[in-house]
Amino acid sequence: MIKQWFKSGNPWIWLTASAVSVSLILVFGLLLLIAARGLGHFWPATVWEYDYKNQDNSVIRLIGEVHDEETVGVQRLREAGLTIEGDADVTRYLIKTGNRDVLGQDFRWVLKPAIQEMRTPETLIAVERREWGNLYGYLDAVQENQQTVAVGKSAWESLQQRLQRATALFAQIRALEKNEIGSINHGLERLRLRERSLELENNTNPTEWESIKQERATLNADYADLQQRLIDLYSAINRDQMIVTVSTGETVTVALAKVVHAYQPNAMSLFDKLGFYMAKVWEFVSDEPREANTEGGIFPAIFGTVMMVIIMSIMVVPFGVVAALYLREYAKQGPMTQLIRVAVNNLAGVPSIVYGVFGLGFFVYFLGGNLDQLFFPEALPTPTFGTPGLMWASLTLALLTVPVVIVATEEGLSRIPKSVREGSLALGATKAETLWRTVLPMASPAIMTGLILAIARAAGEVAPLMLVGVVKLAPSLPLDGNMPFLHLDRKFMHLGFHIYDVGFQSPNVEAARPLVYATALLLVLVIIALNLAAIAIRNRLREKYRALEN
Amino acid sequence: MTDIKQTPDASASKSTPTHTIDIEALTRGRHTQQIADESPCLQIKDLNLFYGKKQALHDIDMLIPKQRVTAYIGPSGCGKSTLLRCINRMNDLVDGVRIDGQILLDDQNIYDKSVNVADLRRRVGMVFQKPNPFPKSIYENVAYGLRLQGVKDRRTMDHVVENALKSAALWDEVKDRLHDSAFGLSGGQQQRLVIARAVAIEPEVLLLDEPASALDPISTLKIEELIYELKNKYTIVIVTHNMQQAARVSDYTAFMYMGKLIEYADTNTLFTNPHQKQTEDYITGRYG
Repeated sequence: MIKQWFKSGNPWIWLTASAVSVSLILVFGLLLLIAARGLGHFWPATVWEYDYKNQDNSVIRLIGEVHDEETVGVQRLREAGLTIEGDADVTRYLIKTGNRDVLGQDFRWVLKPAIQEMRTPETLIAVERREWGNLYGYLDAVQENQQTVAVGKSAWESLQQRLQRATALFAQIRALEKNEIGSINHGLERLRLRERSLELENNTNPTEWESIKQERATLNADYADLQQRLIDLYSAINRDQMIVTVSTGETVTVALAKVVHAYQPNAMSLFDKLGFYMAKVWEFVSDEPREANTEGGIFPAIFGTVMMVIIMSIMVVPFGVVAALYLREYAKQGPMTQLIRVAVNNLAGVPSIVYGVFGLGFFVYFLGGNLDQLFFPEALPTPTFGTPGLMWASLTLALLTVPVVIVATEEGLSRIPKSVREGSLALGATKAETLWRTVLPMASPAIMTGLILAIARAAGEVAPLMLVGVVKLAPSLPLDGNMPFLHLDRKFMHLGFHIYDVGFQSPNVEAARPLVYATALLLVLVIIALNLAAIAIRNRLREKYRALEN
Repeated sequence: MTDIKQTPDASASKSTPTHTIDIEALTRGRHTQQIADESPCLQIKDLNLFYGKKQALHDIDMLIPKQRVTAYIGPSGCGKSTLLRCINRMNDLVDGVRIDGQILLDDQNIYDKSVNVADLRRRVGMVFQKPNPFPKSIYENVAYGLRLQGVKDRRTMDHVVENALKSAALWDEVKDRLHDSAFGLSGGQQQRLVIARAVAIEPEVLLLDEPASALDPISTLKIEELIYELKNKYTIVIVTHNMQQAARVSDYTAFMYMGKLIEYADTNTLFTNPHQKQTEDYITGRYG
């Protein structure tokens, strides 16, 4: 019976099918885990108010969100010096109390049995600040120019209006600082470099110097104007502030300029919460990070990742394709080409950090250093390309992934039927014309497959990037409105490194943990998006150059 | 052009050997002059070809007349395709091939060092066993050779493409879908497209390497009719497995065996009155 079953081949089907199912379960489980852990972070959680009995029997008031929950053995707590009645295991909560400026910490553990009462007052407000993390408490009053203008119930409405104004002003200030003043600074720096290069050339042409002087004067005049506008904006934004009573009973004054959101989580309807959630998620993907990357968004990291992958693709495809063309089409097949193929395949297996070290030594210090000597002597001793940056990171990853492209392209070239090549040659095409007009287009789906594999590998790579261009916080994006628009010499942020940085280098690990998951989810999504784009292109090419199979 | 409806040679009726082919039905439009009386297009002289150490062609000597159809027949592996591929130097692509001897095209040795292979192949077009259109539109397939020559003018191109497709008897079938993929055509249409592609660059010689062996009987018939038409303009050399086909389409036939040219004569003589025992054995179906 069993023997019959084995003979029928069914076990083989079960075995293979279960292998597929296990992989699928693992992948979806992983995605679900990071999605659940990461996306919950943006939901406006209920804020609780507790009457909590301390170990010394004094009762204090605590306000905060429940962040985590666990069950601990009594023994362990007793060993930690706590007095617990009874023998049952104790549930304890990790409460995000916020108010770091008042309490000195964001989180504290509370034991469930010690909670005497818990309430969810609707008037509790949560304030997300640009500094010092969240604030929880009761709104007392709103002030304008140190004068109280609203108290009690009307204070909340007044606060919302004033907050809108403050946020708009803040956006204006940011735009002014980033774009206009940024471009003036860029212009001044270019003028300084021009001056320096004139000095280096011993050029005393008075018209040149005069024009620099004039341009600088204009820029400085513009800057003075902008400066004045900034001062006005700052005084406008600093007009309002609010007074909040926190859990300890102290009152805290918060300038509205420092507030991102203020909301009453316990009073929000589900619909309000959804809206708030969407806004928070959007902020996460579109905003810049704050507070050592533990708050705000991760837009620069997304941008940097995508940018780097695109530049890498632009470099790796021509390079890999040309190498594969020579290996497959021109080189005389023999032990030597076989050896080269083995070497190329082995190159794909070299640990990525080794490429990082190579990139730092060869690209950054050697190539970059020499480029600086040759083309940017006026900026020295400040390095331009002689320092880690976007270009070197992309180039290092291109080197890392070029074996994949070579192997895939060779595979594709070897599958082009001989008859098509002969057809082209018989019409008087040279070998190069045949390759260019017929063979390469037909091999393009295979080249795209190589690129897809390369992207998959490069987008998730972190280790080498830490050596050749990724930083924790980049002051500006590698693409902006200042000449030459694409700044390959700039350092950039990367999602993979961001995960590492937020998760392990952060001053506030507990607060940052959900962001680690959210960032990880986003990294996976970015890689999927990049891959899908490449796959879509490949499928179109495949359709177009469907090889003759007859 | 020479008279197509020439009366069949008298020798066609006196069927000495018992062979399987109805020659009489097949001899319309045949030229039956002596080869030596024709004006030569290609002269193959003392051609020897080696794959590594193995000799594939032995001392081939033959004259291929202008604007006639010359067929190579013989069993598999006898070297007929190899010989055909020598004429446009396709064998250059094979590793380890060595060729001695000469092939003269208009008195110029095509194996001379000064000959540009791409130019030679422009003069000697080739159609292969399996249809091999490029993964492009029908139009672009035909225009390929001209584009290689740098022709850019659209009107010239349109004109040439139309004429080529007409001379390959394909125009009426594809004129409404010139810009569709060539892969959408049937096998027979693809083979005619490939012929149109070869004709578009106006070669002097057209080499056909078993052009109908992958096609159904109706497509085969169309290709054969096309060969009739094309020999008005081109010198055609055809390799075929199919003796009936050789008898139907060719003016002259060469029988090859084991890399040697056994017999070469006008088609009627070869099929009705072969001089060599091997030829007779082959055409009467005793081996092959």
